[in-house]
Amino acid sequence: MYRILKKKSLNPTVTLMEIEAPLVAKKAEPGQFIILRVDENGERIPLTVADYDREKGTITIIFQIVGATTEKLNHLNEGDCLHDFVGPLGVASHVEGLKKVAVVGGGVGCAIAYPIAKKLHQLGATVHSIVGFRNKDLVILEDEFNAVSDKLCIRTDDGSYGDKGVVTDALKALIDAGEQYDEVIAIGPLIMMKFVCKLTKEYGIKTVVSMNPIMIDGTGMCGGCRLTVGGETKFACVDGPDFDGHLVDFDEAMERASMYRDFERHQYEDTCNLFKKEVK
Amino acid sequence: MANMSLKKNEMPVQDPSVRRRNFEEVALGYTPEQAVDEANRCLNCKNKPCVGGCPVAIDIPAFIAKIKEQDFEGAYQIIHKSSSLPAVCGRVCPQETQCESKCVRGIKGEPVAIGRLERFVADWHMEHNKEEVKVPEQNGHRVAVIGAGPAGLTCAGDLAKRGYKVSVFEALHTAGGVLVYGIPQFRLPKEIVGKEIDNLKAMGVDIETNMVIGRIESIDELFDQGFEAVFIGTGAGLPRFMNIPGENLKGVYSANEFLTRVNLMKAYKEGSDTPIQHARHVAVVGGGNVAMDAARCAMRLGAEKVSIVYRRSEKEMPARLEEVEHAKEEGIDFHVLTNPVEILGDDKGFVAGMKCVKMELGEPDESGRRRPVEVPGSEFTLDCDCVVMSIGTSPNPLIKNTTKNLEVNRHGCIVTKDDSGLTSREGVYAGGDAVTGAATVILAMGAGKSAAQAIDEYLQSK
Repeated sequence: MYRILKKKSLNPTVTLMEIEAPLVAKKAEPGQFIILRVDENGERIPLTVADYDREKGTITIIFQIVGATTEKLNHLNEGDCLHDFVGPLGVASHVEGLKKVAVVGGGVGCAIAYPIAKKLHQLGATVHSIVGFRNKDLVILEDEFNAVSDKLCIRTDDGSYGDKGVVTDALKALIDAGEQYDEVIAIGPLIMMKFVCKLTKEYGIKTVVSMNPIMIDGTGMCGGCRLTVGGETKFACVDGPDFDGHLVDFDEAMERASMYRDFERHQYEDTCNLFKKEVK
Repeated sequence: MANMSLKKNEMPVQDPSVRRRNFEEVALGYTPEQAVDEANRCLNCKNKPCVGGCPVAIDIPAFIAKIKEQDFEGAYQIIHKSSSLPAVCGRVCPQETQCESKCVRGIKGEPVAIGRLERFVADWHMEHNKEEVKVPEQNGHRVAVIGAGPAGLTCAGDLAKRGYKVSVFEALHTAGGVLVYGIPQFRLPKEIVGKEIDNLKAMGVDIETNMVIGRIESIDELFDQGFEAVFIGTGAGLPRFMNIPGENLKGVYSANEFLTRVNLMKAYKEGSDTPIQHARHVAVVGGGNVAMDAARCAMRLGAEKVSIVYRRSEKEMPARLEEVEHAKEEGIDFHVLTNPVEILGDDKGFVAGMKCVKMELGEPDESGRRRPVEVPGSEFTLDCDCVVMSIGTSPNPLIKNTTKNLEVNRHGCIVTKDDSGLTSREGVYAGGDAVTGAATVILAMGAGKSAAQAIDEYLQSK
């Protein structure tokens, strides 16, 4: 069950996997997520669906190696199986009726932004994609974005690829140049989404963000993924993960995301040490 | 020879000073001698008042009579006719308000310790019976059960006994529902739940984990696949919060999250990848069994101090007396007639205290309990670095939102016609917390049992 059919390294810290999960693949839509466990003692981690193939019965996940669980996940190979894989969870992104959209992706967040750009493109919308990375080595999905975007702007923090700068500036330049968007969809690090929303609020452009907070069950049971949206408590797993970015309290979300930072660092180091031992 | 002692045989337990720091089971169970001695307190009344107090109507005097004869397997077979999960019920049922409350011996002295005897019999069977469970003769009908908690498992077990092919769909990665994510190891060892579930599987019940019905399949699709009836036992999943300032600080948990991390994800164990905060002083808000479970887990995780904060007085606490007593023995503080008004944070966004007010009891409210009213000027700050909100749950809306014509009430609970559990949809039955809102394991089991009978009648008359 939940066999890894394909594994591909997109850059040194980001990996793509195609997982055999026919029932999930039958229903998954862009914007939804899955929860997986690598092994019996594993924690449950949410990952947004990066792509799906209903005929092959696969779900594509793209993850950045940030901690113990993603490190363990990255040590699995084609043919290996995940212990658990549940989904599709959350509410699918609302893309119907949009005519012209700016899709903004940051880092591994591009993996989630891509299927939305693809869906919009399939529905006939004009798609402007703005994707940002720290440097050239970390650029992912360029060809894929190219294929579904009417315009693609790539930005790197150090200017080693595309233009130097952050996605917010690129978006601002497009808007200032007269582009009129029905909606901006921003997916990436919380800090990026916060600043995109700050910008679009000034211009009065509706902006949707995809939140990925700490979560356990993903069905509304634990409340660990709660965030404040428009002054109300919302659960990202059942009310989201997409929210009106102008209403999200990003500062609180950033605080909450750091809850287990010390624990995670220790776990990560332990896991890395464990794999080092195995290699010897 | 009847045992006319006014007192129950005491349950052997782990010493409080030891158990407050481990997750091993608190109550150790009767020896066969203690069980027989306790069974001899039963007068075997003709009219069996105790049976009327049991939501699944176990023939209590009959199984106790078997214990008297030292036929423990015989006793098990009698319980098993009515209950699918006796080892669970013997541990978590509130017998003091059910069967034992009706016991004639309770009029003068303590009632017969029916719950302890049930547990003894179930444990004896698990340990000694090596006979394999048989798959009952199949009748060719298929039923889907949504949720592998007490309601769903009972319904599945009863239908399997009648020859139905049952598939149970569970959203989490482990079957058991609240028995595995909610009730802690020290009250209900997970190995026991696992064995009960293995028995169901041996009877031919399919248990499919990682299946969130409403997302991966809808109820209508289950019918399309050939299931002829559906039972919804999805529980009361959504945690409530108080909506006071500071509730989203780091270190504030819902009881569901705190208990799920500890019990289902085994965060208390070395080797689990799931983190949990090991706090210095944990404040648990609420006075139910779940609050007691959370408080006792917090103590076992190594807290220096654990406080229960409850807005009414101890008398109004919904928790079982035994749970309150166990919590107190383990050194948990009780701040009753106290209500939180704000959770305070430090400069890093972690909990640094909880502002509370003192309460006093006024006139009775709609629940019949005296309404707590704020005492003016009584504000104080409780020192704590972790807060667990244990103030109830509401039903998960997922099934309601994805099932056409399924009637729910204003609380989001599924509406059922009568005791059968029939919903507004033909062939769709529901029971447990999804119908009643947060209640007990045994009531959920009772509902699962009634629904199994109703489903059987429905499909046989079709």
